[in-house]
Amino acid sequence: MSDEVSALGGVTRSEGIAKVTEMPLQGMVTVRGDLSDKVLKKAILAVTKLEVPVLAEINQVGEYALCWMSPDELLLFCPYASVEIILAKLNKSLLKTHSLVADISDARTIFCVSGSMARDVIAKLAPVDISPKAFQNGMFRRSRLAQVSAAFWMPADEVVHVICFRSHAQYVFTLLKVAAQKGSGLNVF
Amino acid sequence: MLILTCPYCGQKSEETEFHSGGEAHLKRFGPGSTDEDFQEYLFVRENPKGVHFERWRHIYGCGKWFHAARCTTTLEIFGTYSAQTVKPPKELRDKISAKRPGWSWRTYP
Repeated sequence: MSDEVSALGGVTRSEGIAKVTEMPLQGMVTVRGDLSDKVLKKAILAVTKLEVPVLAEINQVGEYALCWMSPDELLLFCPYASVEIILAKLNKSLLKTHSLVADISDARTIFCVSGSMARDVIAKLAPVDISPKAFQNGMFRRSRLAQVSAAFWMPADEVVHVICFRSHAQYVFTLLKVAAQKGSGLNVF
Repeated sequence: MLILTCPYCGQKSEETEFHSGGEAHLKRFGPGSTDEDFQEYLFVRENPKGVHFERWRHIYGCGKWFHAARCTTTLEIFGTYSAQTVKPPKELRDKISAKRPGWSWRTYP
């Protein structure tokens, strides 16, 4: 059995205006189906102890999180080792519901951008209003970073988590690194 | 630059987060139709100066298709609405009538 490794081996860069770190492996499960369906809601609640989030939000408690991806798609975060158990549980409870559950843990990469200028870094790359008034803890935004799709949320003040395709990991890390260069703060937030 | 609001995820963003899908509300003429209908379905498109209806896709966001009504001269967006509809909603057409009296697009208003 080969060892599981994250895309960039947990690379970190902290010289600039914000610290950019690749997060360790994260269990991720994509759930597609009617998000207002009672059976689906119940099944999700049973495995994560979390309610299905409303439009463009993220519900996060401890090691579990639910991200609203689209009207019929959720992204579920869980410990990397428990993906198989969660898949089995969800598949069992959603057997008769029109839905899809798939393990995408190794298909995505998460970066953490932290520091007082974390918002500046994202503002340079995404066509999104990320001012403290418009974007707060609990919101989940799918958009793009320069030329690739990505999504981000703020688990705490001055911390932005960015999720992208694993195959884009090097590109996104380089982007974040350049956008976080020394002396390049925007000083607008 | 166009500022569009996706009716599915409610996100307001500029056009680079979306992808244009051409004219809206085309009626398909497939096998068995007349040559004229088929030719019109394939090739004939509106090219208005003013009010226009288009299909857009939230390609970097929720991935859903939707409809948008906009003005081709001022780039004003009158509104966006669900893709699961065959004609622009009445409220939107009324809103456009208030802003651009006398407008017309295909068989509308």
